[in-house]
Amino acid sequence: MKTLGEILLKESPFSEIVMGNTALVRAMIESHTRVITSYPGSPTPEIAEAVRAIPQAKRPFYFEFSTNEKVATEVAYGAAVNGHLSTVFFKSVGLNVAADTFVQLSLMNIIGGMVVVLGDDPGANSSQNEQDNRHYARLSYTPILEPSSPSEIYTYYKAAVDLSRKNNMPIILRLTTHVCHAKEKVHFQAWKPQILDKTSRFDVKNGPYVPIAADVFPLKRSALENLEEIKTYADRSPLNQTFDNNNKRRGIITMGLPFLSLMDVLEKTQEKPDILKLGVVHPIPENTIKRFLEDHAQVKIIEELDNLIEKEIKSLAYDHQLSTQILGKMGTEDWIGEYTPDKVHAILKKTWNDILPDQTPIHIDEIDIAHRPPQMCPGCGHRSAFHAIKKAIKDTDITVADIGCHTLGYLPPYNVGELMMCMGASTAIGSGLSLFNDIRNVVVFLGDATFFHAGLPGIINALFNKHRLTLILMENGTTAMTGHQDHAASGRNFNEPTDKIPLRQVLEGLGVKHIYSVDTYQQKKLADIVKEAINTNGLSVVIAYHPCMLKFMREQRRKPGFQPRKVDIDQDTCQRLHECIENFACPTFTRRDGGRIEINPDLCIGDGSCIQTCPTQAITSPQIR
Amino acid sequence: MDTFNIFMIGTGGQGIGLLSEVLLRATDHAGLTVKGVDTHGLAQRGGIVISQLRIGANVYSPLIPRNEADLTIALERHEALRGMHMALKDGGTLIYYNTAWQPLDVRLKLSEPVSEDTIHQQCRNRNIKLIKVFKKDLKDARMQNTVVLAKICRYELIPVVKKEHYLQAMDDLMQGTLLETNVNLFTEEIL
Repeated sequence: MKTLGEILLKESPFSEIVMGNTALVRAMIESHTRVITSYPGSPTPEIAEAVRAIPQAKRPFYFEFSTNEKVATEVAYGAAVNGHLSTVFFKSVGLNVAADTFVQLSLMNIIGGMVVVLGDDPGANSSQNEQDNRHYARLSYTPILEPSSPSEIYTYYKAAVDLSRKNNMPIILRLTTHVCHAKEKVHFQAWKPQILDKTSRFDVKNGPYVPIAADVFPLKRSALENLEEIKTYADRSPLNQTFDNNNKRRGIITMGLPFLSLMDVLEKTQEKPDILKLGVVHPIPENTIKRFLEDHAQVKIIEELDNLIEKEIKSLAYDHQLSTQILGKMGTEDWIGEYTPDKVHAILKKTWNDILPDQTPIHIDEIDIAHRPPQMCPGCGHRSAFHAIKKAIKDTDITVADIGCHTLGYLPPYNVGELMMCMGASTAIGSGLSLFNDIRNVVVFLGDATFFHAGLPGIINALFNKHRLTLILMENGTTAMTGHQDHAASGRNFNEPTDKIPLRQVLEGLGVKHIYSVDTYQQKKLADIVKEAINTNGLSVVIAYHPCMLKFMREQRRKPGFQPRKVDIDQDTCQRLHECIENFACPTFTRRDGGRIEINPDLCIGDGSCIQTCPTQAITSPQIR
Repeated sequence: MDTFNIFMIGTGGQGIGLLSEVLLRATDHAGLTVKGVDTHGLAQRGGIVISQLRIGANVYSPLIPRNEADLTIALERHEALRGMHMALKDGGTLIYYNTAWQPLDVRLKLSEPVSEDTIHQQCRNRNIKLIKVFKKDLKDARMQNTVVLAKICRYELIPVVKKEHYLQAMDDLMQGTLLETNVNLFTEEIL
């Protein structure tokens, strides 16, 4: 077996099929990146999985999952101004959390170098929006390199490091979901381990590092001058590539994954437009683009999400009085979704109808295939919680969810969590809903990782301003949704055991007067507690705990002598009331002809949390299979 | 070799990831150029998992254009029909493991389950070669993917890729009892 950890630490050059996220880790190793920080979020968690594959003692860098993206950015910045090359990575919306710190980075003289790796999510595969983070780059005068494949992730990261160290400025490496997750054979260069230089190089003389009043202007000036230098670099950078098909009439400017989609589509065309693929997407290589415009009668911009490059190119053409016809987005649909080969095909057809042959769509019968939304796993403690809590609240009460596995409670049959916004927002949104509201109770939910990430300010505000609502803390001991990363109450960090920060003690310390704790499998008790909690004044908190059963079962299966168990349905006792399948709704319950309910043996984990839900006690206690 | 596209679909927990990784490496061992991509945002929470492989020298994006898959591999019956509709070309091949993990709306009686007959009929309409796989008394549901892998090998569903390539790929990815059990099952099921 090839182990990923060994592969990543090879000292001689090699080729290997890897995911984009893994290629990034090898690039960080070869670049001698010393400090890497993150907060888990798709499409980036596999970067940390590749890091984890290297035994801690052999890692040539320090890695941590910080409590949130802002903290992760700050740790990486602190290390970098002390002379250590650093990198922070997180998902698209993570940049909103990190923004307060992030927007200052370009003002600072980052002597060690710092790369910010963003995992943007066109198509909203696993995010609450598909925000285009290139806007942040403009806002903060930060350059962006944008690779389109795992091989390019590897080379572009190294280019980002060179630029960052040369100009002592932050550089963004912008990835998107299917660039992170794409797999291909990548050719890696040699790695020469270096002895860790622990010299602390922080010196105020490299600053100022305190951006206050008049000091802001020279800092801003240097940020803008740095950006001008990158503009010059962009024009001679090999990261921008021209594909000359000897077409004076039509040209296309594109970048990232849409470039690959375009190349696939052009396999089907007779006429091949010339292509300019941008690798440096902010600031744009103005002279290169100007020449490309001059050489073509029409230039189409194929740009995923928003029209930033299009606007810049149009403005460039105006300044140089170029007569080239520039074709940008053609309607709102062009702003939405991932630029897959199908989407680029449609866009190209809409732009130049003659370039692509008409397709006869293949005929497929319309058949209803039930959707398969993500759902809580068999045995999930959240399912028991929602089943119980639904009985404790009135239909008119308002329930607010947060980010995490418990968000899935909004789906039928629970329909608990009628609003959701972003990490840690539930308590404060609930506080607002409680104003002038004496009749409808407000019940808000929050996971344990999110409690530490961004949940605390909302809780403190509810206490400070005396809001009346009930917070249910869904404690499962891990950051479950993103793949079971430890958090501050887990008792472990990424590297070693650490003291737990217990939720209850934090709440007590803050002065929460009404705190209840209950294992969610005790559904009756949980329902009673919630009824009591919503009738107290002020902020009441219910800690509804049960370990993540997906994680728990994985750990159990690895143990020697593990015996799988499952429940069964006594068909003689079952009266087909369907409480188990329609209201408790564990995916294990399977509907057969005539309303007979059976257990799916592939799914049941034998947790038995369903037994208490059957009004006729037809579910048997878990037995070894 | 012309471009050959493989679309894999299943539900979270069925082992699409491993199956896809085996096919990716086996194809590489057979000397072909290959790209892949997994979509697994919230997949491990019982949603749909899709993995795509594209073989050939003139392939750029890892994403297969709609209905241009030559082969669709499904690990579940509802997903077999979904995958066939989403991805497969007329005259392509569908192989699926014949088990059902009922989607929410089927369990809530809001939607009808997909039957074997429906899949059969749809394949006939579109001239799709259908291979249905099932192994009775399989001890561990997480090995259904290996049974499917064996049939892919047996019926030579991926051109040029042979038994030794699949075995080599399995050897890259697994070790110890896990490797042994899977190789044994694979070898048994090829016959």
